[in-house]
Amino acid sequence: MSAITRKEVEHVANLARLKLTEEEAERYTKDLNAILEFAAKLNELDTSSVEPTSHATDVKNVMREDVNRPSLSREDALKNAPDHEDGQFKVPAVFE
Amino acid sequence: MSLFDKRLSEIHSALRKKELSVTDLVQASIASVKEHDEDIRSVLYVDEEGALAQAKALDERLATGGEELGLLYGLPAGLKDNIVTKGVRTTCASKFLSNYDPIYDATVTKKLKEADAVIVAKLNMDEFAMGGSNENSGFYPVKNPWNTEYVPGGSSGGSAAAMASRHFFFTLGSDTGGSIRQPAAFCGVVGLKPTYGRVSRFGLVAFASSLDQIGPITKNVEDAAYVLQAIAGHDEYDSTSASVEVPDYLSALTGEVKGLRIGVPKELIGEGIDPEVREAVLAALKQLESMGATWSEVSMPHTEYAVPAYYLLASSEASSNLARFDGVRYGVRAENAANLIELYKESRSQGFGPEVKRRIMLGTYALSSGYYDAYYKKAQQVRTLIIQDFTNVFADFDVILHPTTPTTAFKIGENIDDPVKMYLEDICTVPVNLAGLPAISVPCGFAQNGLPIGMQIVGKAFDESTVLRVAHAYEQAAGHHLRKPERVRG
Amino acid sequence: MSQFETVIGLEVHAELSTNSKIFCGCPTEFGAPPNTHTCPICLGHPGVLPVTNKQAVEFAMKAALALNCEISRETKFDRKNYFYPDLPKAYQISQFDQPIGKNGWIEIEVNGEKKRIGITRLHLEEDAGKLTHSDFGDTLVDFNRVGVPLVEIVSEPDIRSPEEAKAYLEKLKAILQYTGVSDVRMEQGSLRCDANVSIRPVGQKEFGTKTELKNMNSFRNVQAALEYEVERQKQVVLSGGTIVQETRRWDEANRKTVSMRSKEEAHDYRYFPDPDLVRMQISEEWIEAVRATIPELPDARQARYVNEYGLPQSDAAVITMSKETADFFDETVKTGADPKAAANWLMVELLGYLNANNLTLADVKITPHGLGEMIKLIENGTISSKIAKTVFKEMVETGKEPKQIVEEKGLVQISDEGALRQIVQDVVNANPQAVADYKAGNEKAVAFFVGQVMKQTRGKANPPMVNKLLLEVLQNA
Repeated sequence: MSAITRKEVEHVANLARLKLTEEEAERYTKDLNAILEFAAKLNELDTSSVEPTSHATDVKNVMREDVNRPSLSREDALKNAPDHEDGQFKVPAVFE
Repeated sequence: MSLFDKRLSEIHSALRKKELSVTDLVQASIASVKEHDEDIRSVLYVDEEGALAQAKALDERLATGGEELGLLYGLPAGLKDNIVTKGVRTTCASKFLSNYDPIYDATVTKKLKEADAVIVAKLNMDEFAMGGSNENSGFYPVKNPWNTEYVPGGSSGGSAAAMASRHFFFTLGSDTGGSIRQPAAFCGVVGLKPTYGRVSRFGLVAFASSLDQIGPITKNVEDAAYVLQAIAGHDEYDSTSASVEVPDYLSALTGEVKGLRIGVPKELIGEGIDPEVREAVLAALKQLESMGATWSEVSMPHTEYAVPAYYLLASSEASSNLARFDGVRYGVRAENAANLIELYKESRSQGFGPEVKRRIMLGTYALSSGYYDAYYKKAQQVRTLIIQDFTNVFADFDVILHPTTPTTAFKIGENIDDPVKMYLEDICTVPVNLAGLPAISVPCGFAQNGLPIGMQIVGKAFDESTVLRVAHAYEQAAGHHLRKPERVRG
Repeated sequence: MSQFETVIGLEVHAELSTNSKIFCGCPTEFGAPPNTHTCPICLGHPGVLPVTNKQAVEFAMKAALALNCEISRETKFDRKNYFYPDLPKAYQISQFDQPIGKNGWIEIEVNGEKKRIGITRLHLEEDAGKLTHSDFGDTLVDFNRVGVPLVEIVSEPDIRSPEEAKAYLEKLKAILQYTGVSDVRMEQGSLRCDANVSIRPVGQKEFGTKTELKNMNSFRNVQAALEYEVERQKQVVLSGGTIVQETRRWDEANRKTVSMRSKEEAHDYRYFPDPDLVRMQISEEWIEAVRATIPELPDARQARYVNEYGLPQSDAAVITMSKETADFFDETVKTGADPKAAANWLMVELLGYLNANNLTLADVKITPHGLGEMIKLIENGTISSKIAKTVFKEMVETGKEPKQIVEEKGLVQISDEGALRQIVQDVVNANPQAVADYKAGNEKAVAFFVGQVMKQTRGKANPPMVNKLLLEVLQNA
């Protein structure tokens, strides 16, 4: 497993919508490299014939019936909104 | 002696005889926080008004001889602040959620209310449950009531420290990689992580969805059994909650361990475990042996891979779970963002602390194009091998027993700059989460420096009864749980 | 321009007609005031969890089966991670590598030629919220739609012309409508279509660089946008340029496609299995139980109309294009009306009226029973075809039974030969000039006399009888 570069760290930060300071970018490049080096330990194991476990339970097909439940009042829906207008959540323009 | 050192049956008896009121209990809880939490800082928020109002209602109900009393009637509780409480701010100890006013109750919150418990306070934690020392709280760190120079553990450090301080009758924590058991061990109290699916996760702010479980932190095993009884069970709002019958946990506490077969993984009792811790656990095994149990060493060969696998999986899930904190619908939005992308980036960067960002970065990377197979999928495969280790041992043994932590509590600041070293502290607890099994940490002695030592008892899936039975039998025989921090003894 | 071949693949999203959203109990109805159909779950509040709506899964299975797909026996939901204000959790719950349905096809017919279009996959996912842009440069978000169940249906790049694309969409829409899984209303956004378009020199195996077309919110726009885009790509290539892989939007006002020059970075959706939703296992029994609920589909109905009723293939195709129309037709025929007459009235008069007034069958009051009765009144000579048009219009507007209309308005056809002969005689007597014209060989004079008789009878005269009587009377004049 290859080391992660500063540039990749910046790309990952962008994907995760984080803004890193100079210092943080340096710091996380170092930290992630240390962690990934540590994670490389997993390569000691041959897992080519091992099924991945994605869920902690083997239970399948848990579903609900198609029944309506009460919705929130609009007031409650917007209660925590940092900004709203005309009953809608408000954000800066999607397109600049 | 604190009111909260009493047994539940004693308190209920006093309440029925009118020697005590729920209001008395709640006032004692609030007073304890006000007077004794200033330097520990296990509590983030006391809902004084709400708790007293509920206490009053509960007192009136008993006075008018109303309905039957709930299992946890009148007992003051503190909840880790990642458990959602309607109308009572829930912050996950994150600046991002410092103004969050929940519009719904978590299922466990509902169940506690139905059991007539009184939720008095929301407790400090590592931000979004990421950390093992409580140094990552977005507001202020928690200190260990046994020695304030030491960490209380994490991420449910507030819940464990508050319990060690006897601020409440019980507290709830959440455990993703040891976050209930490790702070319970560091603080000398009992911490139970139930089987994955035993307790609903609905309303637990997700860190890693395939690993998270809510559980009680209590002064003894009996209390843990009561609380689990109240919060366990299938929930139609959580598809991963199990439709498995909930047995009577109290009746499991027989004090009997005769014929019990204990497996002790050599990987978690030898090298890397502090000698004092090892000695305490070996002494505990001796104790159990004297009570009729047998133990032998077993091997769980994939143990050393659990920590890296855990950090990859938990961080990957977390990177997705924490993406919703974008400043659009709730939370603290950064001011003066020039455009939408800036709004996202500024709000998240200002709202999250360094450890949360580090894990989001790691998880985002592990899931990203080109790395998924090498990291995320690989870790999922290793998870399968770790589950197999447990399956193999449980073919011949009833429980697995080993230290909860490699060392006792470490000093504040000691590991904060080395994430890998910090992560390795979780070696004894993360395998259990990867396998989704129930496990309890009980006090099993004290180190030279006076700090508590915890040992962990791991059971088969949905066999909390056995875990509780063994822990209870040991605890009653050994009595380490009775010792309290100096500051609380008064 | 025949040196290029067009290659089109379509991605269709259809909202499923469940009562509640896919992962919570909020209603799915269209048109409620903003943010009144939301709850902590669909708003993505901290701590909430999704629970799958079984009906949504069964609708997706039903659609997949109707589209001849294989059903994945092991399937799951995955998270598709990206930030956008209409996506509360910053991930969409979708399906990545185990779609509910795969390897299906539908048959289309263009210019009399039948052709199969492959369907790569059909998967289940949740819809996003709705964004509107305020006059002040802000974006407003309504989350009513978020969490409405969607199926995404991806075709193979088998489509070779905009006409084929339109035919594919029409057939797909009809199948989804017949199965009852979606109300497929493009104008309300319950059916949406994106297209991948490329061209290549005839004979070349490799695909050309494709562009992705979005914002085509009607069938007509899909065809127009594709025609424009194909032509644009040809012009680019012919003038020595190269096609840029990009997303283009159909600009309806200016009738062209324009590049969406957003600073769009390369997507990295970081799909992974959603740990909050357990895996699904679809048994043979479950598949068969769902298959049993699929009604007669458009192709089968078309064949029935041709074989049983002798309708021309093209008429059968028009009638079966929408389930409403086909059901109306079946009900009309059930009253005992002649199928060909019923098909004619339905296609020419009724669909003509609806198109002209931009209405649907649900908007008008005429019933299949009424139409059937009316056709029978024509057959038994009670009313003329001409009068029937008046009756028809009244039925469309009021929903009254044709007999009642005929009685109220006195529209019964005059077929009494004695009475008609008198009227014809009077008309001939009153118009000597026209009689002279007729005698002089001017055939138009007959039409004049027919008109006069109809005028006298207010259209109620039995037309064949009038013709016969006129000729007799004129012979003797």
